[in-house]
Amino acid sequence: MILRGTAHKYGKNVDTDVIIPGRYCNLIDPEQLGKHALEDLDANFVAKAKPGDLIVADTNFGCGSSREVAAVALKGAGVAGVVAKSFARIFYRNCINTGLPIFECPEGVDGINDGDTITVDADNGLITNEKTGAKFKATQFPKFMQDLIANGGLLRYVEKRLQEKAAAAPGQS
Amino acid sequence: MARPMTLTEKILAAHAGKADVSPGDIISISLDLVMANELSAAVAITEFRKIQGATKVWDASKIALVPSHFTPNKDIATATLSSLMRSFAKEQQIENYFEVGRGGIEHVVLPENGMIGPGMTIIGGDSHTTTYGGLGAFATGVGSTDIAAAFATGEMWVRVPPSIKIVYEGTLRPYTSAKDIILQTIGRIGVDGAIYAALEFTGPTVKELPISGRFTMANMSIEAGAKNGIFAVDASAEAYCAAVGKKDYTVYHADKNAEYQDVIAIDCSGIEPQVAIPWLPENTKNASDLNHLTVAQAVIGTCTNGRIEDMRQAAEVLKGRKIHPDVRAIVIPGSQKVYMQCIKEGLAEIFVEAGCVLSTPTCGPCVGGHMGVLSEGERCISTTNRNFRGRMGHVKSEVYLAGPYVAAASAIAGFITGPEQLGAAAPVRAEVTA
Repeated sequence: MILRGTAHKYGKNVDTDVIIPGRYCNLIDPEQLGKHALEDLDANFVAKAKPGDLIVADTNFGCGSSREVAAVALKGAGVAGVVAKSFARIFYRNCINTGLPIFECPEGVDGINDGDTITVDADNGLITNEKTGAKFKATQFPKFMQDLIANGGLLRYVEKRLQEKAAAAPGQS
Repeated sequence: MARPMTLTEKILAAHAGKADVSPGDIISISLDLVMANELSAAVAITEFRKIQGATKVWDASKIALVPSHFTPNKDIATATLSSLMRSFAKEQQIENYFEVGRGGIEHVVLPENGMIGPGMTIIGGDSHTTTYGGLGAFATGVGSTDIAAAFATGEMWVRVPPSIKIVYEGTLRPYTSAKDIILQTIGRIGVDGAIYAALEFTGPTVKELPISGRFTMANMSIEAGAKNGIFAVDASAEAYCAAVGKKDYTVYHADKNAEYQDVIAIDCSGIEPQVAIPWLPENTKNASDLNHLTVAQAVIGTCTNGRIEDMRQAAEVLKGRKIHPDVRAIVIPGSQKVYMQCIKEGLAEIFVEAGCVLSTPTCGPCVGGHMGVLSEGERCISTTNRNFRGRMGHVKSEVYLAGPYVAAASAIAGFITGPEQLGAAAPVRAEVTA
């Protein structure tokens, strides 16, 4: 899968409260959530972001709350992926679980400016800044997570585990 | 022979059925408790329904559901989320459902009901699930899909975190509390200082802390980016378990020669009451250096500081004094039990006499939900855990984090101050020109 779009660049510690403020956490619908994505960090974000655009950010992106709607809100706003120097761990899991592609790539973040058009090959983590021609390689996911993503995500993995358990315990419903 | 392990590694290895684990290993652990509140549960239940082959939760007795964030419900949308969780609890016969009026904030409610014990593995659909490390459990926050998966299987995949040991030494000053120690710690290591890691809190200073103080510190581990925060189990922890009726737990200890990513020593004897200024919990200052800042609101409570010990600290300062005319002080006991205890000990009367709002237990203002949302330009001194932009309301409002002593003293003074600076002077309204 190739992602291609404009980079919207932000700094360190972009927290889940600015990704989707608590006042909107009574929403579940991705499209509704998307209307308020990053509202408290950059009030113009939703107006300027086009579907397929990417967020590029410094360290600790997604710190704070466990609200899964943070990842969902970004997807709802049309964000195709996030490239950051590092991710907060709950947000990292939530992205894997909700299917928002994320890429850990410190050099890439330094080599991309706000407004640059970038391409990300989600399969091998190769990031290209089309403006400068520079290429960067994102950190590979551990094998377990690669398999999890390739096999359709956590819930499909759970279905497999349930089948294994049922097979191991015959006679029980 | 198994490799020497940290406390977190010991618990994870035992729950993965392995002799030992190392940082970076990805393992599947069995879970002893899975918790969700109405926000995380609503999405988790929706996801659970999508799992083929899962009609019943794996073990209803190991699930706890606690309406807390926007409860008693503030609007139709949040009432709908609560209804969804309530129906699920009935359908799945989940007895540990704590209805409004019989519960409170999950991280205060579960320990006091004997549901938390040393050596347990606990996940919660709330980032402050790290709180339970105060009793020597492995506890971490996750999103709703992970909760749905755990509802179905009672398992979770985990990347074993490296551990960072913090050694606290020195005797605390009179008005320095656990909150000040953890704020100081986050100030030292930063909001990503423990990213992906486990924080192990050790040393003579924290050994002297009551369990409530350990909960306060473990609670804010997440504000340093940690996966979990954990304390060694000692006689105080075991006494706490006995008092709340928690039995059947396993005590693990870190091995002497366990490997730590880092060991950090913190001398607590010089720590003054702390305040973290916007927009990050790492921006810590001495309260005494912020006297130029007036406050419009003070919030005392939440999962960080909503226990009876916190209420007593606030009451100690508020007793016989009056809240400054330009301040709203909102006191929120963390649970119905804490609320009742406030009544029995006469704290409720102190709060109301001083001119505070005494609220029903709720996360409320901490998450910008209700019961004290801020307008543009307002500043709040708060015993909550996050001072992110817009956290408590308007994007141009400000949250300053502190412990109960500072929040109460500031509510009296009308500006940020510690209780020592209020002076021994009379329990009368302070005259303020800030």
